Amino acid sequence: MRFGVIRFPGSCDEVDALMACERFGEAELLWHADPDLRGVDAVIIPGGFSYGDYLRAGAIARFAPAMESVGEFALRGGPVLGICNGFQVLCEAGLLPGALLTNESTRFVCRQVQLEVVNRDTPFTRACEKDEPLSIPVKHTTGRYYAPESALDELEAHGQVVLRYAEGQNPNGSMRDIAGICNSQKNVMGLMPHPEHAVDPLTGSDSGGRLFASLAAHVGELLAAA
Amino acid sequence: MTRARVLIRPKEGILDPQGQAVERALPALGFEGVTNVRVGRLVELEVEDTSQVRAMCERLLANPLIEDYEVHVVENAGSPA
Repeated sequence: MRFGVIRFPGSCDEVDALMACERFGEAELLWHADPDLRGVDAVIIPGGFSYGDYLRAGAIARFAPAMESVGEFALRGGPVLGICNGFQVLCEAGLLPGALLTNESTRFVCRQVQLEVVNRDTPFTRACEKDEPLSIPVKHTTGRYYAPESALDELEAHGQVVLRYAEGQNPNGSMRDIAGICNSQKNVMGLMPHPEHAVDPLTGSDSGGRLFASLAAHVGELLAAA
Repeated sequence: MTRARVLIRPKEGILDPQGQAVERALPALGFEGVTNVRVGRLVELEVEDTSQVRAMCERLLANPLIEDYEVHVVENAGSPA
């Protein structure tokens, strides 16, 4: 299978994301101005500061030609994973519900967090072990997940809350400790922590790799069935 | 061209840590009796058709899920040639 990682002006984690993907499949960088997704099987929107985060984080990137194609790709059921800034972009694009606000502390936060996998039945988490927390770093200023209470109830009821910060570890004031969510079709996911920085024991944890392994398994199954 | 001014602020009920930080800082400078500080954004623009500004707010300038906005038409920026 082949991952595509979109590079925007201002992206800074696209190479780590690319290298993480390459552990589980083939991967290539895609350019924000190019609407051609080159037939990739899964799209990663990486972390960083796309278009300088001007106006609001992710607000301008959602209009990139590549993002229009990502919208169509997602509509056809293609898996899309947004990491940090990528999560913000997906929310701004309306591909995921809710929004990311300035951290409750108003400060940049950079630390390792433990995550509870709330839903293992998604293309992004199927390779996670039962009751195994993930250890993945966060690094952001705009990571406080917000959605109206009724929308949060709905997310929980439909298994769309995929990851939560472990008790006492919410780094940004996200509502209901939400670290990652998916859409109702479960093929678009966004999360604030950076799984691409946690794929090698050398850097303290490799449990971020579960997300990429899950995607590879999911796509592999789809390709085998086709 | 007409000058329009768009005021954008966090929606009522949404925690505004920036506003809180400012509110905490003011007494340190001797300004007492300040409450409910909210920090938002001001966007100024010159437009040919002011009827489009609300649509610009809905699609880009504001995020209606988390922000309220007000559009003020300020003045004629210049007379047509």
